[in-house]
Amino acid sequence: MNTSSHYDVAIIGAGMAGLAAGIRLAHFGKRVCIFERHNVVGGLNSFYSISGRKYDVGLHAMTNWVPPGVKGSPLGKLLRQLRIDRDEFALHPQKRSRIAFGPGGETSLVFTNDFTVFESEVARVFPSQIDGFRRLVALVKTYDDVSLDAKPESAREIVRRHISDTLLEDMLFCPVMYYGSATEHDMEFGQFVIMFKALYLEGFARPLDGVRVILRVLLEKYRHAGGERRMKCGVRRVIVGAGRAERLLLDDGTEVTATHVISTIGAAETQLLYGNEPASGAPGSGGSHPVGRLSYCETITVLDRPPSALGWGEDTIVFFNDSPRFAYEQSRGPVDPRSGVICLPNNFSFPEGQDLPEGLFRCTCLANHAHWTTLPGEDAYQAEKTRWYDDIQRSALRFMPGGLAQRDALRAATVATDMFTPRTITKFTGHLGGAIYGSPVKIRDGRTPLTNLYLAGTDQGFLGIIGAMLSGISMANFHVLAAK
Amino acid sequence: MTKDACKQIVLDIIADIAPDEDLSNIKPDVRLRDQMQLDSMDFLDIVMELRKQHGIEVPEADYIHLASLDSCADYLTPKFEALGK
Repeated sequence: MNTSSHYDVAIIGAGMAGLAAGIRLAHFGKRVCIFERHNVVGGLNSFYSISGRKYDVGLHAMTNWVPPGVKGSPLGKLLRQLRIDRDEFALHPQKRSRIAFGPGGETSLVFTNDFTVFESEVARVFPSQIDGFRRLVALVKTYDDVSLDAKPESAREIVRRHISDTLLEDMLFCPVMYYGSATEHDMEFGQFVIMFKALYLEGFARPLDGVRVILRVLLEKYRHAGGERRMKCGVRRVIVGAGRAERLLLDDGTEVTATHVISTIGAAETQLLYGNEPASGAPGSGGSHPVGRLSYCETITVLDRPPSALGWGEDTIVFFNDSPRFAYEQSRGPVDPRSGVICLPNNFSFPEGQDLPEGLFRCTCLANHAHWTTLPGEDAYQAEKTRWYDDIQRSALRFMPGGLAQRDALRAATVATDMFTPRTITKFTGHLGGAIYGSPVKIRDGRTPLTNLYLAGTDQGFLGIIGAMLSGISMANFHVLAAK
Repeated sequence: MTKDACKQIVLDIIADIAPDEDLSNIKPDVRLRDQMQLDSMDFLDIVMELRKQHGIEVPEADYIHLASLDSCADYLTPKFEALGK
């Protein structure tokens, strides 16, 4: 064995989970290398530049924000485990967010990082439901959501025991699903609890410079701890011997060995690395582990003025739905504009005098991966992007102050636009089916049929950006550091 | 190695792991868990840092000896001495 290419731990993927796992392992003296196919770190929460302009992808906001001094929160756990000082993330809390339902957003619930605001909103809009809502909140607070062996239960069923109004039920589920659920229509209750806490009981925040700040801190810690990484060099194949991941064949044709392998690229995607069929990347070819069915389009509009100049200075995130029931399901058409998420990254409480250099208006809707990846040629793809960019914006505008009448003002303020589709997601993250939140089937203990190969990240099942990092930490602890 | 020096080593490790905790009034005879927010992840880190910084191994069956500062000192001081510290 060539010792120079042997690692204690090889990590596949330099996203949030891979970097967090890497920091833990390197800190405790393991020889670690992260293999990343893309030329940028971050995975599903990354960044890019076009014409000198910086864009974030993924991250709308960090969830799980709690004020300094609050103990026992996921954010606090994460900071401790990675030896990160809270100030390094430089998080600024949101202004407020809204859940707006009905064709023109007639029913609206505001929530902030102060849960009493949300509670009083529910009491105001749904007075007959508030007692049930409080019972549900009490249950969420006491539920053991980080158990690695909890038995799966339907969140819809449990919520309905406490909430009888389907409008309120759907309004509670909309943000929780959009910010992390890989399951159509329903969620596993443990996952609902994680997201309910992350969004409503805790809250949203963001560094001024977005996801780059988070990634810079993680990379610095990893480098400082002695971790290695190989960019533009993914793992092409896991070569199996005696029930173990014996060798890793890299994109550049060389091989390395590792005592432990942590894969953060998804369950089906990992299975393709060690299964019999070659990794084709085609949807539905994920072996026996189901590929997620939910994918998304996002439009990004750069403005020459802050959103407040359009009368949009209050909302940080708006979750909308125009239909009698909220349908969180694979889009039947290219895009499902009935519901979605609007993000205004300028609207966080940044320190006086600090703001993003330009205004940003981002809209996300469910989209159909098969449609976007089978268009006949690049021209057809670009034409479809142009068409759906307009439709998504028009749908979202209905839920913003001023409504559709703002179309001309928005157009006049627009200096640049971009859009990602399910095709973009698969291209840059390798996620089959463009499934940002991975497979509906999560593997909580991270085990795979190979004794030294474990999953972390999206398909291990701690949701959200903080969840992804905690997943990397937990799997590194459980399978490597605390292993007997 | 005195027991007090040993307690200080443990406190330094906790300060490193949990910089958000106030360690100025920790009572040596009371369980650490009852005086601050330390979960099993944090205890794993105390054990890992003892190994990393001082070369001391604490097998899982002995984690119970890390409950309070006093019990830490009783358990760890002979281990430090065995290493000639």
